[in-house]
Amino acid sequence: MGSPKFEVRELSAWFGGKRVLHGINLGIAAHQATAVIGPSGCGKSTFIRCLNRMHELVPSAHSEGEVRLDGVDVYERGIDPVLLRRRVGMVFQKPNPFPSMSVRENVLAGLRLTGTMPNGREGRDQHAVERALSQAALWDEVKDRLDDPGVSLSGGQQQRLCIARALAVNPDVLLMDEPCSALDPIASAKIEDLIHSLKQSYTIVVVTHSMQQAARVSDLTAFFLSGSLIEFDSTDRIFTSPKDSRTEDYITGKFG
Amino acid sequence: MIKPHTDREYENELNKLRERLLRMAGRVEQMIADSVKALVEQDVQLARRTIEADRVVDRAEVETDELCLVILAKRQPVASDLRFITLSLKMVTDLERIGDLAVNICERAIDLGQDPPLKPWVDVPRMAAIVQGMVRDAIDAFVAGDVQRAQSVVDRDQSLDDLYTRVFRDLLSTMLNDGSKVERGIHAQSVAKWLERMGDHATNLAEQVVFMVKGKDIRHVAKPDDA
Repeated sequence: MGSPKFEVRELSAWFGGKRVLHGINLGIAAHQATAVIGPSGCGKSTFIRCLNRMHELVPSAHSEGEVRLDGVDVYERGIDPVLLRRRVGMVFQKPNPFPSMSVRENVLAGLRLTGTMPNGREGRDQHAVERALSQAALWDEVKDRLDDPGVSLSGGQQQRLCIARALAVNPDVLLMDEPCSALDPIASAKIEDLIHSLKQSYTIVVVTHSMQQAARVSDLTAFFLSGSLIEFDSTDRIFTSPKDSRTEDYITGKFG
Repeated sequence: MIKPHTDREYENELNKLRERLLRMAGRVEQMIADSVKALVEQDVQLARRTIEADRVVDRAEVETDELCLVILAKRQPVASDLRFITLSLKMVTDLERIGDLAVNICERAIDLGQDPPLKPWVDVPRMAAIVQGMVRDAIDAFVAGDVQRAQSVVDRDQSLDDLYTRVFRDLLSTMLNDGSKVERGIHAQSVAKWLERMGDHATNLAEQVVFMVKGKDIRHVAKPDDA
């Protein structure tokens, strides 16, 4: 597998006094898609939000333990969370393009916010926009509509626009929190297809409620339950013969 | 210990599949017994009835396959459910083949009709009893998820092969000594061969049960229990 992109050690997280993650240990392989599955409230979203320090943005939330990105603990003193989030981008459940911005401005928004915008020079802008939209498999559909509002696109296109926005800043890792739950099957299939091609350049972590989606898109699957990591293995293994009976019960639909 | 699926309709479909397989296996087991009984007791009527019963087994194969496809399409089963469905698809094929072999024996029983046997049937009924036991235990192991019992079926196949070798040698020497016995000898040898083949199918069933329970493929492995 090579050295992991992320090495998570004894990671625990709280909202106020409520502990939502219990000592997670997990390595996330580079250039692989890792799926995180589990029932609502199992801590899977909190887990990925700890990877780019978004968890701490919630008032009263905190975490303990180590999250090493290429060997460096992202919780070390001196790590700038803003720069971290540039390396570890995120796509959310509902497409959230900036409503007042055009398609083009949406793609460039991340670059502007992080101050890495190539000085608004027309040619370089154009290059960055085309590259990000192409990687997000959206370029052909929107190349003639770059100045239309981002929110004028369809839901599936908006989600790919958000992926393009995340890719524009050149991250190492893309975290996706239920990226298809608001999309129709065709738009979902496009995102899933995209995940396969993005693995070449990025490390992908995708949280999903859809077990079938996890089975389709990921190389590795982590199953969370009540804030604990129950099982982590190759996706092929998890979906054909998981070792833990709790994983088995969850993926075969035997709950409660 | 065994939890039902939250979706009860899905649970019902899986139960229906399980019941169909059991019924089919029960029919096949009966066919093995009846075919050899028809042969030994020279009961042509029983042979004909048994051939007739094979149609039900053939139909069960088709219906079970259909049910498996519907479940695969609608439910996208995973893990033990997936192993159960794929196992079912294979099991019906083995069961159906055993039924066909029993039909072959019945046809020989009809051909031989009232001809006196070369000598009293001894090893062939013994082989039939072993095969029947193997099929029954493979199915019981399947129902109970009992790996040990499934393994015992795999182990018993050797005794069946040994019996077949003995029958073959006996018949060969009988035929060499008396050319007039060749035709009946060949029929008898075929019957023994088919029973031996049934044993191979029963072994397949048992190996599939081990896979269903443990998620571990023991086919074509020298020593199966290195888990």
